[in-house]
Amino acid sequence: MLLIHCPYCEEARPEVEFVYGGEAHIARPLDPSTYSDGEWEEFLYIRSNPRGRHHERWRHTHGCGRFFNAVRDTVTDVFETTYKAGEARK
Amino acid sequence: MSGFRLADGGRIDRRTKRTFSFDGKAQWGYAGDSLASALLAQGQMLFGRSFKYHRPRGILGAGVEEPNALVTVDRGPGRMTPNLRAPSVPVHDGLTATSQNRFPSLKTDLIAVNNVFSAFFPAGFYNKTFMWPRAAWEKVYEPIIRRLAGLGDSPTTRDPDHYDATYAHCETLIVGAGPAGIAAALDAAAGGGRVFLIDEQEEIGGGALSDPAQWAWLAEATAKLAAMDNVTVLSRTTAIGHYHQNFVVAAERLTDHLPVGEAHGPREKLWRIRAGEVVLAMGAIERPLVFEGNDVPGVMLASAARTFALRYGVAVGRKIVVMAVHDSGWRDALALQAAGVPITAIVDLRRDIDPALADAARDARIACYPGYAITSVSGSLAVKGATIALAGVGKGQKLDCDAVLMAGGWTPTVHLWSHAKGSLRWDESWGAFLPDKTHENLRCVGACAGAWDFGSGLSVGLLPAPKPLHESKAFVDFQNDVKARDIGLAVQEGFRSIEHIKRYTTNGMATDQGKTSNLNGLQIASDVLSRPVTEIGLTTFRPPYTPQSFGAMLGHHKEALFQPLRKSGIDDWAQAHGAVYENVAQWRRARFFPQGSEDMDAAVARECRMVRSSVGVFDASTLGKIEVVGPDAAEFLNRMYTNPWKSLEPGRCRYGLLLGEHGFIIDDGVSARLAPDRFHLTTTTGGAARVLGMMEDYLQTEWSDLDVWLTSTTEQWAVIAVQGPRARDVIAPLVEGIDLSPEAFPHMAVREGTICGVETRLFRVSFTGELGFEVNVPAEHGRKVWEAIWAEGEKHGAAAYGTETMHVLRAEKGFIIVGQDTDGTVTPDDAGLGWAVGKKKPDFVGKRSLARPDIVAPGRKQLVGLLTDDAQDVLEEGAQIVADPNQPVPMTMIGHVTSSYYSTTLGRSIAMALVAGGRDRMGETLYIPMPGKTISAKVLAPMFYDAEGSRLNG
Repeated sequence: MLLIHCPYCEEARPEVEFVYGGEAHIARPLDPSTYSDGEWEEFLYIRSNPRGRHHERWRHTHGCGRFFNAVRDTVTDVFETTYKAGEARK
Repeated sequence: MSGFRLADGGRIDRRTKRTFSFDGKAQWGYAGDSLASALLAQGQMLFGRSFKYHRPRGILGAGVEEPNALVTVDRGPGRMTPNLRAPSVPVHDGLTATSQNRFPSLKTDLIAVNNVFSAFFPAGFYNKTFMWPRAAWEKVYEPIIRRLAGLGDSPTTRDPDHYDATYAHCETLIVGAGPAGIAAALDAAAGGGRVFLIDEQEEIGGGALSDPAQWAWLAEATAKLAAMDNVTVLSRTTAIGHYHQNFVVAAERLTDHLPVGEAHGPREKLWRIRAGEVVLAMGAIERPLVFEGNDVPGVMLASAARTFALRYGVAVGRKIVVMAVHDSGWRDALALQAAGVPITAIVDLRRDIDPALADAARDARIACYPGYAITSVSGSLAVKGATIALAGVGKGQKLDCDAVLMAGGWTPTVHLWSHAKGSLRWDESWGAFLPDKTHENLRCVGACAGAWDFGSGLSVGLLPAPKPLHESKAFVDFQNDVKARDIGLAVQEGFRSIEHIKRYTTNGMATDQGKTSNLNGLQIASDVLSRPVTEIGLTTFRPPYTPQSFGAMLGHHKEALFQPLRKSGIDDWAQAHGAVYENVAQWRRARFFPQGSEDMDAAVARECRMVRSSVGVFDASTLGKIEVVGPDAAEFLNRMYTNPWKSLEPGRCRYGLLLGEHGFIIDDGVSARLAPDRFHLTTTTGGAARVLGMMEDYLQTEWSDLDVWLTSTTEQWAVIAVQGPRARDVIAPLVEGIDLSPEAFPHMAVREGTICGVETRLFRVSFTGELGFEVNVPAEHGRKVWEAIWAEGEKHGAAAYGTETMHVLRAEKGFIIVGQDTDGTVTPDDAGLGWAVGKKKPDFVGKRSLARPDIVAPGRKQLVGLLTDDAQDVLEEGAQIVADPNQPVPMTMIGHVTSSYYSTTLGRSIAMALVAGGRDRMGETLYIPMPGKTISAKVLAPMFYDAEGSRLNG
């Protein structure tokens, strides 16, 4: 079971307190109607799926309830860092 | 009858006898014996029948790696455990063990006929032979195969034991308490941190238990560890898996070693240990050798014979031959001879033997055959002799013996290392994979790190033999009955990767996970392919390390504690009034309230009649509820839902439709605006947590500029639906501060006031098509208000109704249930809910997707009504629909039935369905092929009752 550092609670907590939230830094467009079908498909369904460093969202559901971002290595599952929502990509 | 108890030696207590039974026969051993050692001491050689061929099998190992001697231990009703390894079962008074996979008895096994026909059971046999006809697989082949092949039987009665579970944290966790593990524990403990030392055996010591020279040290070290406050030593505890960030799960066996009458408390305890550092000291397992007859009872590992002699005081034979390719076999032979176990010969494939070992063997009067290999073993139920030949191909020479010991080198136990994704490297001198790199704070010590002196040896697959591979009956995997020639056949048939060879031959896939067979299988594949072992690949070890009880996995989470059962505050009233329940998400909900001898159909018919003709009362407390508060609440809901919310006036309600960003319906519910900055949202019962999570997601990560607060209030409000033409009459005497007249309180309005003196949010809404109210009161007052409403209702002949009637009534009106009439691929337009989409809204979640090419394309499945031509035919929900029942099979399916009921109101069946191009098929007849008959039905709009909605406005 992973230990995940919540940047809001400032504490490492067991994985069961969290839910995974998919790839991070995919902002919903301010006006989706300006998106072409291809761009919208990209936004909806296309993800980077890297081998290695992955930027992803987690939510401390059974804790503070906040969404935050993390960099996790998809090969080793080691968390490089976690940081608050809204902070620049690390 | 060749094994016997040595005159002295071993760690058994010769003053304390233990009596037990094996296959119904009374047996005895000493305290400290394992089931295997006690039976070997009585001369028992035969312990089981093999999985596929039912070949007689004896003991191979002295530990958890044992593949053959699987037994069932019966500790009373519900306490029967199959597939235990006899060397790991400690004897106690009253132990009742039986052998497995034999019929009718171990010595006379009728199914052993499989062995005679074994040429017809090669690798992949089941896949090739029992392919066709398909129906025969289920009815004929599978039951027979299950009867013939198999391990122990599953228990059939409920397990009466309970199981404990705990968490622990420590600086250092050491897995394996042999000399290396104990040394690591002492070292770590000296630093003052918390140390856990866990070991699967009855007592700590590991390999030192089989080496009397180390016993004094072991006693001293054990005492030292016991005296340290920061050290926890757990024996009888198997580390079953290593998980992320040094999270090790271990199962401690608490009572199985005790007589049944003395076993109190939990049977097992599951430890979840988070450690700063994990040290693996799991040792190494000796490798069998692969030669003709290597599975005859009496052929075993040299290290096992040494353990039986020096730890248990048992000789495994009276004339023993050792077949070695490794120095450790010579050392074991010498130790055994010194302990009084008669070793007559050592056969070694190597011509050049360490002179010191060769001299010592000669001095011990052991005949030596360097450069020789065993080419066959005679005997069926026990070893009667062995034939050896120079380099395996020379002239055969018979050796008289009653046991054969194999010394094939050592395989480090890297299972937990592999669980942790640690990489392995091939070590030529060990002829095995050793730990290489890990990203965890994890290290291996002792034999499992390759840091142990077993001497040196050869790494061989199949021993050289006069027979060609395809005629050989040399076994690689004893538990799954895989022979060397099966691996050869797999390669011949084109399999190259060890992962494929493994699955095709089932090598290493039995309950022992190939602890003794993986490396031999790999070596043989490498030889046949003429490619180095490192190019063949390695299969992956996965938890659990040894088979694990489900009980320990569950711990306390069983029966009532398996998962929480949510009940509304009105639930006990329903129980007292005879409700039949169904579970919806985690809620227990009253499904119907039978009276007298009514069945469900009769009860539902009566409940429906009462609602349509007078009034019914329904507990809707399980509805998900979210309080949305803040200056931007309306703006937020406007972006989330398809409907316009900003224009909704306080005091009014609106049906809200929630899409995912993909444009498909994921939830719905009626919500009320209580004030400009306050909404009372409702969601489906099962969707409440998901919807709140989704809203939090948007609020926190996309629109964090909005000033809105979301609070789950599902359990704060009891909801009592009062539905039917007399609904107003029922609540009127109880309500204060709210004008209930139709003019002052129209349909889809909300008012705040009191009912029975309790604050209420009173909704005028209807999921039945009748005049209706939903009374929200604080949950703690739910029962009291329900009873008051019920008392008033009874004056009007009210019925309490359950979820089944609720479903029928809403279907008569064509109201959808999200998740029943939708399946995650249904848009608002597909569901006929296009009216609920705010056309003028610039954006909402999912809006852009509603313009995607596939969403606007014609021919999508649309929700329609179906009326069967035979009004009494009730369609099956989920049944497939076709346009032409006479087309050839497989037919083109154009949709399926989503909801179907018998409607008492209409005196006939009704159904809803998702049908391709459904709204263009109005009036068409479609067909629902069912077993035995095809049902025809006409398509119409999904609205069966009061289409103009006049009843709502009573």
